Amino acid sequence: MNLFKKLILASAIGMCFASTVNAEMSIEITEGIESAMPIAIVPFASQGAPLDISSVVDSDLTRSGYFKTLPPQNMPAKPSSADAINFPDWQAVRQNYVVIGRVQPNGGSYNVEFQLFDVANGSQLLGYRMSSSANDLRKTAHHISDMIYEKLLGKKGVFSGRIAYITTTRQGTQSNHKLMVADADGANAQAIATSIEPLMSPAWSPDAKRIAYVSFEHKTASVITQTLATGQRERVAEFPGINGAPAWSPDGSKLAVTLSKDGNPDIYILDLGSRNVTKLTKNRAIDTEPTWSPDGSKIVFTSDRGGKPQLYSIPVQGGEEKRITFSGSYNARASFSPDGKFITMVHGNGGDYRIGVMDVNSKSISVLTPGPLDESPSFAPNSDMVLYASRKGNTGYLSAVSINGRMQQRLVFDSSEVREPAWSPK
Amino acid sequence: MKFTKTLAAIAIVSTLALTGCSSDEEKDASLTDGSLNGGMNDASVNGLGDGSGMNGGRFGANGSKYGARGANGLPPEFSDPNNPLSKRTIYFMLDSSQVQQDFVSVIAAHARYLLANPSQHVVLEGNGDERGSREYNIALGEQRSKTVAGMLKAQGVSESQLGIVSYGEEKPVAMGHDESSWELNRRVEIAY
Repeated sequence: MNLFKKLILASAIGMCFASTVNAEMSIEITEGIESAMPIAIVPFASQGAPLDISSVVDSDLTRSGYFKTLPPQNMPAKPSSADAINFPDWQAVRQNYVVIGRVQPNGGSYNVEFQLFDVANGSQLLGYRMSSSANDLRKTAHHISDMIYEKLLGKKGVFSGRIAYITTTRQGTQSNHKLMVADADGANAQAIATSIEPLMSPAWSPDAKRIAYVSFEHKTASVITQTLATGQRERVAEFPGINGAPAWSPDGSKLAVTLSKDGNPDIYILDLGSRNVTKLTKNRAIDTEPTWSPDGSKIVFTSDRGGKPQLYSIPVQGGEEKRITFSGSYNARASFSPDGKFITMVHGNGGDYRIGVMDVNSKSISVLTPGPLDESPSFAPNSDMVLYASRKGNTGYLSAVSINGRMQQRLVFDSSEVREPAWSPK
Repeated sequence: MKFTKTLAAIAIVSTLALTGCSSDEEKDASLTDGSLNGGMNDASVNGLGDGSGMNGGRFGANGSKYGARGANGLPPEFSDPNNPLSKRTIYFMLDSSQVQQDFVSVIAAHARYLLANPSQHVVLEGNGDERGSREYNIALGEQRSKTVAGMLKAQGVSESQLGIVSYGEEKPVAMGHDESSWELNRRVEIAY
């Protein structure tokens, strides 16, 4: 054990601190819907707040593709209280909804108030007052966007969430890999781990407080869990061979992982408390990329037992393994929607790899993206959008597409390879 | 025993890593000398700050006083282009871990060398091209490494001389996005 420990230490000490990385990112809507709702987000009356909340709300709603916001210079007025709104003026500029708000300092923090009105009849649809620290103003803005989105569309907004992803920059034979966490709009991008060896497969814990990922920092693969708030890391799997594809159980107490310690890659359940591993699949083929059904009852995974990679399902306590994909020569890297109704996957046909989504009941697969090198799909917490990595020419992108295929946005990075996005569950 | 094997593999891997990257070697040279007190917890990753200059820790095996042997320390036949030992990369067809006929003699040459030098270790690093899903490609890379390991063992090489790691599509050598790059990336590197 002593030698083992020393070797680990010897590799672990080759560390130094990296500076905060803010990969410049912008968002393009590449496809929107024609019936986007006209809404005016009037600039909030603000006394010295360090962030323009209304402009964050405006860009959130625009980015969703479901709303068309009115530029402030085209607004008939800039009211900040309900009685100052003259609804016929807003009807005249063909708005359906108007949002007003106020931000006032209150000791060390701010009181943020906003109201949403239906222009047609002048009725108030939403009205909230919140307290926010200066640091949390952006979060508060995303929260307001979520509330407006849910009120008007009847489904949860995803503006408050965060995304994790991997970037790589290469110089000659040296490369630098980073596990990044950013707000869903790309703001506040921070590297939570950096390595000269590959980092892979980030997966959010159900409470969004931890991320599991694969690191080759010891020149062999290991699965690590890292607590975001503290940076504390635990090396939870470092067996001989593959230690990969971590997926959290819905209750956060276990990881499904791929291990090849007994010869070939199989799915194992790793209990995070006891660190015991239980072998779930026992096929001689490749079994990998487990994902947990949201009710915790089964695992869907990739296997090439039939010759090509396809998706299979097995009860979590073991039992009959069933193939669930039959169209396409390549179906891999499954991920359940949080509502359990859909599974998204990499869907390949003749060297062309796109993102597919399968209706769990009917088993029919719709192809959502243009390919040819799309990968790593994961659902937004509202089960409405899928985030994935794609490539055009030499530039890697993260993109999001709605599962009806009608909304498409691209998160554009200024440089470096970017891949394996994962949307936080909350 | 399995455990001993792991140790051996880690030892090799560390040694190689330490000789592999010269620029980092300088940077971290001071660290390798006396500061082996970090504990098992790689405690240099910071938490997510409130926008306050949060830093990520940097990991990776680099810097060395374990100089051991790198490719430069190998005998001259390894750099003689007419000697099969100069070839240390085995290439594969798409979605396949079968060794093509062209590489059988290369693997045989390495088997002979390893048999004659039983204290020599190698790591078989499996790799794939960028197409398809990443973890599946890790599994495919490991199959490729294991195929090469199997051929070496069939020729008498001891398992304890062999380490296996798969990097999947994470360590491409050719950066293009077409077949000419992909065929260079579907490979096993025999790393001395």
